[in-house]
Amino acid sequence: MGTRDAQDTDWEGVRLHVVSGKGGTGKTTVAAALALALAAGGRKVLLVEVEGRQGIAQIFDLPPLPYEERKIAVAPDGGDVYALAIDPEAAMLDYLEMFYGMKRMGKALTRIGVVDFATTIAPGLRDVLVTGKTSEAVRRRDPRTGTRVYDAVVMDAPPTGRIVRFLNVTQEIAGLARVGPIRHHADLVRGVLTSPETAVHFVTLLEEMPVQETLDGIAELRETKLPVGGIFINMVRPAGLPDAALEAAFQGRFDTAELAAGLKAAGLAERTGDAGPLAEALTKEIAEHARRVELENQERETLASVGTPRYDLPLLPDGADLAGLYELAEALRAQGAA
Amino acid sequence: MSTFERGWAVTRTPPSLDIDAMLDDPGTRIIVCCGSGGVGKTTTAAALGLRAAERGRSVVVLTVDPAKRLAQAMGLTELDNTPRRVDGCDLDGVGREGGELHAMMLDMKRTFDEIIEAHADPERARQILTNPFYQSLSSSFSGTQEYMAMEKLGQLRRSGDWDLIVVDTPPSRSALDFLDAPERLGRFLDGRLIRILMAPAKVGGRSAFKLLNAGFGMVAGILTKVLGAQVLKDIQMFVSALDAVFGGFRQRAEQTYRLLQAPGTAFLVVAAPERDAMREASYFVERLAEEGMPLAGLVVNRVHRTPAASLSAARSCAAAEDLESNGEHALTAAVLRLHARRMQLAAREEREQEHFTSVHPTVPVTRVPAMPEDVHDLAGLRQIGQLLSSNGANSVSRSA
Ligand SMILES: Nc1ncnc2c1ncn2[C@@H]1O[C@H](COP(=O)(O)OP(=O)(O)OP(=O)(O)O)[C@@H](O)[C@H]1O
Ligand SMILES: Nc1ncnc2c1ncn2[C@@H]1O[C@H](COP(=O)(O)OP(=O)(O)OP(=O)(O)O)[C@@H](O)[C@H]1O
Ligand SMILES: [Mg+2]
Ligand SMILES: [Mg+2]
Repeated sequence: MGTRDAQDTDWEGVRLHVVSGKGGTGKTTVAAALALALAAGGRKVLLVEVEGRQGIAQIFDLPPLPYEERKIAVAPDGGDVYALAIDPEAAMLDYLEMFYGMKRMGKALTRIGVVDFATTIAPGLRDVLVTGKTSEAVRRRDPRTGTRVYDAVVMDAPPTGRIVRFLNVTQEIAGLARVGPIRHHADLVRGVLTSPETAVHFVTLLEEMPVQETLDGIAELRETKLPVGGIFINMVRPAGLPDAALEAAFQGRFDTAELAAGLKAAGLAERTGDAGPLAEALTKEIAEHARRVELENQERETLASVGTPRYDLPLLPDGADLAGLYELAEALRAQGAA
Repeated sequence: MSTFERGWAVTRTPPSLDIDAMLDDPGTRIIVCCGSGGVGKTTTAAALGLRAAERGRSVVVLTVDPAKRLAQAMGLTELDNTPRRVDGCDLDGVGREGGELHAMMLDMKRTFDEIIEAHADPERARQILTNPFYQSLSSSFSGTQEYMAMEKLGQLRRSGDWDLIVVDTPPSRSALDFLDAPERLGRFLDGRLIRILMAPAKVGGRSAFKLLNAGFGMVAGILTKVLGAQVLKDIQMFVSALDAVFGGFRQRAEQTYRLLQAPGTAFLVVAAPERDAMREASYFVERLAEEGMPLAGLVVNRVHRTPAASLSAARSCAAAEDLESNGEHALTAAVLRLHARRMQLAAREEREQEHFTSVHPTVPVTRVPAMPEDVHDLAGLRQIGQLLSSNGANSVSRSA
């Protein structure tokens, strides 16, 4: 259905992109940008959120989204992004209706708090409803043409600490429901989640803790045989200086005299004609910067050891507003993520 | 202070938070570090604990999910839910003796298990601990970690083994979760549906429970259809066993609440100088006031400073442009561009802090600069402690 050649991207054949990462690293932002990137060139993509936070509405500057798939953005070169905020209660009603034809009964249950109860006491139950709804959207076909309704589904998923438990639904449910219909449903969902049609991506910053969480998360995914996707390195700042200068600054032998000469040429010397003190101060600043860059490079190497595709997303100076999202989407496309 | 200084400019300079006075006051018994995710709660808690110990107090730090290397540096290699002595403290740094530092990592599930074991007879405890719903709830309910952090705090306090307890809080998205989650869990466990489910487990239950039982019949019917009969049995068993043990989760949460309102408690709100984190800090400060909980002040962590602050971003950019258009001193131009970026960042951070202070002018503030490297050893913690107590100044002049 897409007009673009899908072979160019790293995730050919993947229809469900799950985006996780440490809290606050940019999961919602990256999920939105990825949805835009995947939709580019006339495709149709669904962006889902699962934690009832209305993060998608916020980032696209929209009023709160209902439990309903609706178009929220147009991608570069045509293409549509739809969004859905999955609410576990509504998903439960869907489920009851779809499998048991019990819509009215479901509503009654919700009123007396059964759904809330069941999903609180057994978070695995809530997870299977939410992932169930998502995989239904992944598999859904147009009844007339028989083709898939969405070219891709992108999920703004729970953070790294919870992602494996969230996706490993059968495991979670198995402890609670050894047999029965919900168990059967869980097995079905697991089929989608572990297939090559799914990829679980991680968003990280070049800092110790998010990188460590990414490594732990990937190891855990591999253990549970869930498909590992790419690493999205967010908020990357340009090093700003040539390697040699950074190296010198890092080792404390940055050429301050040369800098002073440059400052003089730029008219930044003091009235006395001396640019020395300013050059000293800037040298200190650069040394700190170089140490930070060095640390970031180490984190990069650590991430490289995982052996999964990595993408850089620039730090947007004005924060991730709507224009920023398109910029990030473009960066993702340029690097082959979509 | 001149009239000029008392003018509007002053309202933007918050009172300085005196960390050492707080740590040295024997009346300070509990310090709680709160804040939104990733702002530096764990680092701040550990740094305060170390500093307090080195100033002569007997301290225990309760950490939640510390970074691996920090945990190692504090000797926390096992998650065994008991305080361990931290070696390598400089315990007579300011000529005071008797200081001691212990630290522990919160094990949420273990803490929950211990409560059950302490309050139920062995047979009942076994029933609960092996129940699949208990296992699910104790390891993944979104408020459990907060609840257990409070629970552990209560235990440490009752033990009377330490004269200062520093508490780190879980990595929730919002600082408010620390206050809200325990109540949510308590409400849930005391909830209406729990009563409905328990009804048939109680004796008789005919007349008075008729209505409930009618409700139960319907609920049970559907749950059985959807979940299967075994699941329903497990739920009921879990609920009745838990109820027998606790006799009111909510009451328990309220007890800990009162501990937090006591005068010996000091809340420190940690924030990064960014919009979301500062807004979160603002909410939290308001909430503490509403609940009558004692706020010590705000820690603004990871503030960006520059040693070359006299060169403005605008001048720096203009100069860089000059050099670039003349095609000379490329490296200087690059340095100036970096400097301009840094100045812009500092200005943005300054605005966020001013905004907070104009809304909360009386809240004392201390600032900690962003270190070029992560903080993961005692030396790093000591340095953070020093910066905390000197409002971010690099060299401390110990004032009277
Ligand atoms: N590349 C970027 N450049 C600048 N700001 C960014 C970038 N990516 C994300 N942000 C900003 O960082 C903040 C956190 O981003 P976001 O909400 O996407 O993170 P998250 O991982 O979804 O957080 P949470 O764990 O709370 O769900 C937001 O204010 C967002 O605008
Ligand atoms: N002033 C600082 N300068 C540089 N790095 C810092 C500073 N304070 C904290 N860090 C680093 O930031 C990271 C996060 O800090 P920390 O773990 O204390 O945050 P937290 O609020 O406890 O996070 P969470 O919400 O995930 O528990 C750590 O890697 C820590 O070393
Ligand atoms: Mg988010
Ligand atoms: Mg922490």
